[in-house]
Amino acid sequence: MPQQITVHDPRGYAPKVVGKRLAPRLSALDGKTVYLVDCLFDNTDVFIEQLRQWFAEHLPAVNTRIARPEKTWSDDEKMRAAIAADGDAAILAVGL
Amino acid sequence: MPRLRQAYTPHPVVDQSAAHLRGYIEGNDAISGRPFMQEVLEGLTSPLEDADITGLSFERTTPRFVEPDTEEKLQRLFEENRWTDMLPIVLPTEERVAAMLKGTSHPPDKIVGRLRPTVFREAWEFDVEKVAVNAVMAGARPEYLPVILALASSGVTARSSSTTSFATIPVINGPIRNELAMNTGIGVMGPYNHANATIGRAYGLLSQNLQGGSVPNETYMGSQGNWYAYTAVIPEAEERSPWQPLHVQQGYKPTDSIANLFFGGWYTHAGYGPRATWKEKMRHALAAVEQYSPPLFVMDPIVARGFVELGFDTKEKLIAWLADNALLTAREYWDNQSIQLLRPKAVAGIEPYASRLKAAPDDVIKIYEPSEIHIVVAGGETQGAWKMISGALRGTASIDAWR
Repeated sequence: MPQQITVHDPRGYAPKVVGKRLAPRLSALDGKTVYLVDCLFDNTDVFIEQLRQWFAEHLPAVNTRIARPEKTWSDDEKMRAAIAADGDAAILAVGL
Repeated sequence: MPRLRQAYTPHPVVDQSAAHLRGYIEGNDAISGRPFMQEVLEGLTSPLEDADITGLSFERTTPRFVEPDTEEKLQRLFEENRWTDMLPIVLPTEERVAAMLKGTSHPPDKIVGRLRPTVFREAWEFDVEKVAVNAVMAGARPEYLPVILALASSGVTARSSSTTSFATIPVINGPIRNELAMNTGIGVMGPYNHANATIGRAYGLLSQNLQGGSVPNETYMGSQGNWYAYTAVIPEAEERSPWQPLHVQQGYKPTDSIANLFFGGWYTHAGYGPRATWKEKMRHALAAVEQYSPPLFVMDPIVARGFVELGFDTKEKLIAWLADNALLTAREYWDNQSIQLLRPKAVAGIEPYASRLKAAPDDVIKIYEPSEIHIVVAGGETQGAWKMISGALRGTASIDAWR
């Protein structure tokens, strides 16, 4: 019978997952302001504009506003604060 | 983010028409298969559950050892778990890892650093022992460990998950090159030296395993992949170069051993000489690059000496010429996909991007700052060859700190 051997696990250590509660959901979107956040990758402005148009055509009672962070790949605190102050919900486009 | 509401379009968004992107919006979610906008709207309006309110908190542990098994089955396990580069590895037994750890004075439980596949993802942490495990797997020898630890400590991964398929190419300078008998000569960038080959491989393996994986469609999204990712290390031929070595250019002492990490590997241009038309050749090559990723020149000593004869008695002088002659029209520059990442900086008035954005479409602009272009000397002097490899300097690490 072939010999059994013990070897190390080569993986690193994952960080602890610390839960955050999700923001309250809306019961309906009519009359609400939904921010569409562009992640600023190539062509995402075109995608976000199509998303805005989809809302305008299918859910015209929803107010949509497009927001953009100051820089690509950054957490723009000012933008987040503005959305929290003026918006009821946000759709964050991430990746590409 | 297990509770976050997410909806997925297909890839890619880049280079797709508005109509095509509308198709994504009106089509199905790429993961769930349900209508994309239904996922979006439900994400905004579906009532929260208890777990959404409390949030999920949990630890994820990694065991020190895997379950004992036969060598054949463990090789298969490592491959199936995607802990390898799909080539056979040296199994990291306790004895081999203990022997590897003798290559450094640092304790096994010392934290070395953190790595992640992209800026969007969580960073995983690792200690000296975990780096040693991956060094064993790559076939490295204990005396190589300080170099491998330096690369691991850099914070720069060799397994970026960018869809554009990056690789990371380390350049090694200082006495460590000779201590490890690294090859700076014939075949320097080929499979002809044990230290070159296994140090580069170890950097790749440790990157994927210590950052939480490099698994296609999960933690790796590079569309075409990158051959440089198998192994890529360039020790500079300092003794045969007419110029200062890279680390001395950076202000280090010649006696310091330093690793510089170049993030790129997108393109490789080749040339010889410098011949009579070298300026035209360089201008053509520089105009043909993917301009988001600046060039790392690797020049055989014959080429370096040839440039000295032409009056470029320092790397800095040649780099200045290259920066002055890396030219594109503004229209070509701003049409590049990855350059779009720089557009917000240009709009914000940050130079040199702001001036590049102000230029008229047919104005010719410089596409690199001298600080973005690097030259190292390496090669066996059997040919006056140079390579221009995509490589942005992303990190510098002391090897001596890990002895």
